[in-house]
Amino acid sequence: MIRIEVQPQVFDTAVELSRLAEGRADIGAIASFTGLVRADSGLTALTLEHHPTMTGRELARIAAAAEARWPILAGTIIHRYGRLLPGDPIVLVAIASPHRSAAFAACEYLMDWLKTRAPFWKRETGPWGERWVEAKAEDDAAADRWRNSR
Amino acid sequence: MIFLYFAWVREQIGTDSETIEVPAPVRTVSELLDWLATRSPGHEAALADRSRIRVALDDEFALPESLVGAAQEVAVFPPVTGG
Repeated sequence: MIRIEVQPQVFDTAVELSRLAEGRADIGAIASFTGLVRADSGLTALTLEHHPTMTGRELARIAAAAEARWPILAGTIIHRYGRLLPGDPIVLVAIASPHRSAAFAACEYLMDWLKTRAPFWKRETGPWGERWVEAKAEDDAAADRWRNSR
Repeated sequence: MIFLYFAWVREQIGTDSETIEVPAPVRTVSELLDWLATRSPGHEAALADRSRIRVALDDEFALPESLVGAAQEVAVFPPVTGG
């Protein structure tokens, strides 16, 4: 079961990872990805907007697809919204599995689909004022390659 | 029908939501956007480049050719940039 949280509050990756394995001895591998705010070109803040009713639903759908594909024993997806500062964590995907290959692959799969399906939008504040981040074609390509692979 | 707008679509239209009666001849998402674009100069500007517009009907992603049917809520937004 993959736990999904969409929240403005900060999270602690270390705490989340130890929580995943707590009290169980069947997990052989935990892989995780943490996305952070980068201070590119003098960026001073990153504001994330989301579609409140659609976000949880899309994340649950992506999580269910990953669970159908790999032996996932436990998992956590946390995505923040609101105003974040350079260095702040934005997103966490952590997957516990019996073996490393499934844990690595499921993390990458979840991030690739989250990037193209989860309804979040980033606005950058910096010397330029305010600007919306443009979607990248390479993110679509990264998600698409899962359609043709096992 | 309830319309929800996000990111720069919201900014250009000037509101995050509005409830509007959709005329009967509107059948597809594409026709819905054509009609929505005539509502104001802000709507027209926001919807000018359809390659930069995505739509969800009742929280489900829809395609330009998707039928609007009995949807209660339509969300209009740019391609997503989370993660």
